[in-house]
Amino acid sequence: MSKNKTVVTAEPGKQELFITREFDAPRDLVYQAHTDPEILAQWLGPKDLSVEFEVFEPVSGGRWRFLNIDHDGNEYAFHGTFHEVTPTRVIQTFEFEGMPETGHVSLETMTLEDLPNGRTKLTTHAVYQSVADRDGMVEAGMESGVADGYDKLDEMLAATQNQPTL
Amino acid sequence: MSMARTPTTHDPFNAIAEPKRRELLELLQLQELSVNDIVDRLGWTQPMVSKHLGVLKQVGLVSERRDGRQRFYRTNAEQLKPIYDWVAPFERYWSERFNRLDEVLEQLKQQQKE
Repeated sequence: MSKNKTVVTAEPGKQELFITREFDAPRDLVYQAHTDPEILAQWLGPKDLSVEFEVFEPVSGGRWRFLNIDHDGNEYAFHGTFHEVTPTRVIQTFEFEGMPETGHVSLETMTLEDLPNGRTKLTTHAVYQSVADRDGMVEAGMESGVADGYDKLDEMLAATQNQPTL
Repeated sequence: MSMARTPTTHDPFNAIAEPKRRELLELLQLQELSVNDIVDRLGWTQPMVSKHLGVLKQVGLVSERRDGRQRFYRTNAEQLKPIYDWVAPFERYWSERFNRLDEVLEQLKQQQKE
């Protein structure tokens, strides 16, 4: 377990969510890990799926498309375009191609901030086209490879009863 | 799991949608306080504190304890569990992803030193 806590803020009834996390690494390395497809493929996951980038152009106006492939060869594709790519901010669109119809696009703004002692704060703000789209994305987390390790979740729940996270 | 979230005052999801009520919940998570204490700490008017406390009490997110003429309020963490349960798997998904990123960053740091 990392001492750096990942915090997701998804307020009820809103079309947006925030994901924040700090890293014990300088900003240029965190940026590199997000913009070099070989490095990105090492951690993007999920754990049991391989990642293949078909296109990855991390420049303003560039495109990206990647596939998650499971053991049975099933492919899950995602694509989008980079609106702005700088060492302190990456803005991109994101769409899962497995939806019944196209157009469920979200706009993601990732901000990289320098912290003292060579650390970095990463904040992702994602805006969806509807509350239902946002909630669908949050609820998808329940099905995507999170079935194992419920003992860990139980521990977290035990902890949250003393000090719940809002 | 799908949570029905019809906007009613009986719905804890709706009750915490208001930023002021979340502020109140966070304060009352740390300590049990009276209305006057809350007015002092947050600088809100007494009617505003009472209004938001009322909604939170109604959905069971805040519990009340009477001690003589005084009433004290505290966040009822157990009632926050359904809200936590809803976002927790998504948060865990991202947490696992970022834990993998930690390992990758360690390797990058080592490479920079060499």
